[in-house]
Amino acid sequence: MLKKSTHDIAASFSRRGLFAATAGLMLGLASLTGAKAADDTIKVGVLHSLSGTMAISETTLKDTILFLIDEQNKKGGVLGKKLEAVVVDPASNWPLFAEKARELITKDKVAVVFGCWTSVSRKSVLPVFKELNNILFYPVQYEGEESERNVFYTGAAPNQQAIPAVDYLMKDEKVKRWVLAGTDYVYPRTTNKILEAYLKSKGVAQEDIMINYTPFGHSDWQTIVADIKKFGSAGKKTAVVSTINGDANVPFYKELGNQGIKAKDIPVVAFSVGEEELAGIDTKPLLGHLAAWNYFQSVKSPENEKFIKAWQAYTKNPKRVTNDPMEASVIGFNMWVKAVEKVKSTDPDKVIDALPGTETPNLTGGVSKMLPNHHITKPVFIGEIKANGQFDVVWKTPGLVAGDAWSKELDGSKDLIGDWVGKKCGNFNTKTNKCLGSGS
Amino acid sequence: MLVNLPARLRTLLLSLVLIAFALPAFAGPFEDAIAKFANDDYSDTEEAIGVVASSGNPLAFPIISALQDGRLMADSDSKKVYVTGADGKSIDAATGQPVDSVPDSASAVRLNNRLRRSVDAAIGSLTLQSPDIATRLQAAQSVFKSHEETALEAVDGALAKETNKSVKAALGDARAAILLFKPDASEVEKLEAVATLKARGDQEAMALLTGMGDQPASVAKAAASAIGSIQSSLAVWSTVQNAWYGLSLGSVLLLAAIGLAITFGVMGVINMAHGEMVMIGAYTTFVVQEVIRTRYPGLFDYSLLIAVPLAFLVAGAIGVLIERSIIRFLYGRPLETLLATWGLSLVLQQAVRTMFGPTNREVGNPSWMSGAFELGQITITYNRLWILVFTLAVFAVLLAMLRYTALGLEMRAVTQNRRMAASMGIATSRVDALTFGLGSGIAGIAGVALSQIDNVSPNLGQSYIIDSFMVVVFGGVGNLWGTLVGAFTLGIANKFLEPVAGAVLGKIAILVLIILFIQKRPRGLFALKGRAVEA
Repeated sequence: MLKKSTHDIAASFSRRGLFAATAGLMLGLASLTGAKAADDTIKVGVLHSLSGTMAISETTLKDTILFLIDEQNKKGGVLGKKLEAVVVDPASNWPLFAEKARELITKDKVAVVFGCWTSVSRKSVLPVFKELNNILFYPVQYEGEESERNVFYTGAAPNQQAIPAVDYLMKDEKVKRWVLAGTDYVYPRTTNKILEAYLKSKGVAQEDIMINYTPFGHSDWQTIVADIKKFGSAGKKTAVVSTINGDANVPFYKELGNQGIKAKDIPVVAFSVGEEELAGIDTKPLLGHLAAWNYFQSVKSPENEKFIKAWQAYTKNPKRVTNDPMEASVIGFNMWVKAVEKVKSTDPDKVIDALPGTETPNLTGGVSKMLPNHHITKPVFIGEIKANGQFDVVWKTPGLVAGDAWSKELDGSKDLIGDWVGKKCGNFNTKTNKCLGSGS
Repeated sequence: MLVNLPARLRTLLLSLVLIAFALPAFAGPFEDAIAKFANDDYSDTEEAIGVVASSGNPLAFPIISALQDGRLMADSDSKKVYVTGADGKSIDAATGQPVDSVPDSASAVRLNNRLRRSVDAAIGSLTLQSPDIATRLQAAQSVFKSHEETALEAVDGALAKETNKSVKAALGDARAAILLFKPDASEVEKLEAVATLKARGDQEAMALLTGMGDQPASVAKAAASAIGSIQSSLAVWSTVQNAWYGLSLGSVLLLAAIGLAITFGVMGVINMAHGEMVMIGAYTTFVVQEVIRTRYPGLFDYSLLIAVPLAFLVAGAIGVLIERSIIRFLYGRPLETLLATWGLSLVLQQAVRTMFGPTNREVGNPSWMSGAFELGQITITYNRLWILVFTLAVFAVLLAMLRYTALGLEMRAVTQNRRMAASMGIATSRVDALTFGLGSGIAGIAGVALSQIDNVSPNLGQSYIIDSFMVVVFGGVGNLWGTLVGAFTLGIANKFLEPVAGAVLGKIAILVLIILFIQKRPRGLFALKGRAVEA
C-alpha cells in the first residue's frame, strides 16, 4: 500500500507526469460529463463538490444520486426513457456553483438538478434557477428562513432538528444551562438565534446561555473545552448544542474525550455529525454523546434494510455507511420521479406544480409529504453515539413533523409562511395578508 | 478447585450457592425489579436499578456491573434476564442459577446518559468496600458526583474501615457532598461539609456549593465565602492554564512551521506545497497504522514511533523530487515558484483524494497519547504534552544537524553565498535538493504529530500553511531561533486573547498585530544581519 502510493505520487512529479495527470483529470471529468446528445434520455444534473473542502461530505451525495439513477433505470427509467446523470464539479467554490448550474441547465439541458450542501452555495445558485426556471433539490439540513419556487428542501428545517433536540434535553436530561457552540457562518448563527429565542421563551435566563463561535476548521479546542467545563460547574445540569461544522468536529470531540468530559456529565448534541463524520474518529470516548437527525442508519425498517443492502452492493463496500442527507436525497429523487410520472412531462413548471402533496415512503418507516412551502414532513430522532460509530435511537417524535420555512421563534419571520399552492408566494405575511415578494 | 479461584469469584460462587438455598420460589420485589429490565423502557430500567442496588442482594453487584458493560441480556417475551460473564457462562439474574445458554431473542439492556449516571452511582455505593484501592477510589468519586442521600450509610461504613489516605479523603469529600444536600443534616454538619469542599477547592466543589439551593443563613454565608476563595484560586490557575495552552498551541505552530523555516527561511523558496508535505506525513501514519492493525495488532502503541522515520523518508523523498523536477528551474523567480508550488499543492491534494477517498481517515491515539492528568487545578492532556516534547526534540536535532554535521555546514554555506560555496567545491545543486528534502521531511514528521490532534483528510495541510508562513515571517526569515520564539509568542498571545475576544476575533487580532509589527520591523523578530542577507 505504502509502496504503491508513494510511487503514484512520485510519478506525477516529473514535468511530463504532471501534464499527464492534469490531462487525465480533465479527461476523467469530460467522460463523467459525457454530454453525448441522446434524445431518448432524461438528463439529471448532479451539482456536488468533488474536490476542495466540501468534497468530504458532498462526494457521497453524488454517488447516492448515481446509485438512484442506476436503480431507476433498472426499473425501466422514467416515462419510458432512461435517466442520464450529468455530473459537474463546482469544487467547493461558491461562484463556480452558479456557473456550473448555468452550464447544466443551458448546455446540458437537464430536467432537474440535485445538489449543494452549504447554504452559501445554495444562495449562489438561486438566481440561476429562478432566471432559467429549473428545479433544485436541496438535501441538507439548513437554517430555514427561505422558500423559493424553484427549490425543494428535503433536509431538515430548524423545527425538524434543533428544537426537538433541545426539547429532549430539557425534558429527559433536565438540562438547565446551555452552551450553543458553532462554526462562524450563516447556518449556526441563524440556528443559534432561533434556539436562543426558544430557550428564553421556555424561561432560561440569559446567564445560563453561553454562545461561542469558532472559525472554519478550528483545531485547537483546549480553551473552549475548558470554558465549557467551567460553565458546566455552576451546579446546574449543562449541555452543549453543537452546530460545529465539518472538519472541526474531530479535534473538538478528541479534546472533549481527552479532558475527560463524558456524555453523562455534559452531553453534546450535534446537528452536523452523522455516521460519515464518525467514520474518521475513534468513537469510544464519545459514547453517549448525541446527534439529532431525521434518519439514522441503525433505524430498523424494511425500507432501510433494503436500501443499505443495495447501497453497499452498489458501492462494493460492505462497510459503507449511510446518513441523513443521503436519505434526504433519496426522498427528493423519488418525489421528483413521482411528480414527473404524474404529469407525464419533465417540464419544470408542470413538475413544480405537481410536487406539493406528493408522498413517498422515507427510509424510517413513514411516508413523507412535500408541503406547499416546498419543505417536507419528517420524523425526528435523537441518537446516542455507540462504540461502533453508529447511533442508538433513544428518542423520537411521535409522528412526522412538518418543516417550517420561516421560524416561529424569530420576530422577523414568525408571521411569514411559504405557500406555492394557494398564495403562490414564498414569504406571505399572514398578519398583513401581503406577499413580500423577492424584495425581502 | 475452589481455592484457586480469585477471591471475588469465590465469594460470588459461595453466595450463589447460599442464594439457591435461601431464595423462596415465589417472586419478591427483587424479582419484580429484575423483570423490569426486560421492558426496554428507560424509566423501568431506572426503577429496577434503584431497587436492585438497595436490595442488599449479593447478586446486585454482578447485575449492575453487567448492565454497565452491556452484558445484561433481557428477553422481552419471557421477561427473563441473564447475566453473561466474560468467560461465556451465564446465570439467571433473578435466581442466580447458571443457565446453559441465553436465548437468541435476548438482547443487551440499553442505557442512556441518565441511566449511565444511575448505574455509576449504584456501582459506586456497592464497591465502596472493594478490596482494590483503585476501585474504592473510583467508587468514592462516583458517590461524590451523584451525592445521593441513600449512600450516606455506606460511606460512613467505608470511612470507618478505610486506611488508605487518598481514598479516605475522597470518601470525606463524598460524605460532605451528601450532607450538603441532605435536608435534615444539622447546621454543624453542613458547615463542616462546606469547609471540606472549600479545602478541595476545584470546579466540582464549586459546582456543588453554587448549586445547593436554600440553606440556613450561617451555611449560606460560609458557602459564599468558600465560593469566593475557590474562585480567586481558580482565577490564578486559569492564567497558568492559558499559558500552558499557549505553549501547546505554540508547539503545534512551531512543528508545522519548522520545515518551512528551512525551505522558505533558509533557502528562500516560497513553498505553497509545504502543507501538503505535512498531509503526506499524516497519511503515512495512517498507512502504518492500517498495516499494524491488520498484521501486528500488538505493536499499535509503537505505531507513531515507526511512522516518524517513514514519514520523514516519504515526505523527504517527495521533497527532493519536487526540487529536482520543478523548483530548481525557478530559483530567483519567486512569483513563478509561488504559482508552481501552489498548483502542485492542488495536484497533491487531489491525488491523495483519489487514492484514499475524500473522507477523513481514522488515525488512532496510542494509549500513551490519550487521556489527561491533573496538575493542581489544570488539566494537561497527554497528547498535547507529548507534542510539545516532540517538537522541542525535533528542533534540537535540527539545530544540532545544521551546526555540527558536514551537510549542515554545506547548507549554511550554500544559502549564505552560493557562488563562493561552489568555488570551494561544494556541489550546490545536490545541497539544494537535500536541503529541500530535509525541510519537506520535517514537515512529514510534523504530519505524524498533527494526525493525533487533527483530521487526516486531504485538506489537512491547507489549514496550516497560512499559520506556518505567519510564524516564519514574524520570527524572522532565515533564523531557526526566530521561528521558535515567533511560534511560542503567537501561541501564547492567541491563547490569552481567546478567552477575552473569542476564537474568531482573537485570530483576527493576531493577524492585525502581525501586520503592524511587520510594518515596524519588516525583517521580523530576529533579522539576519550582515552580508548573508542579500546573498
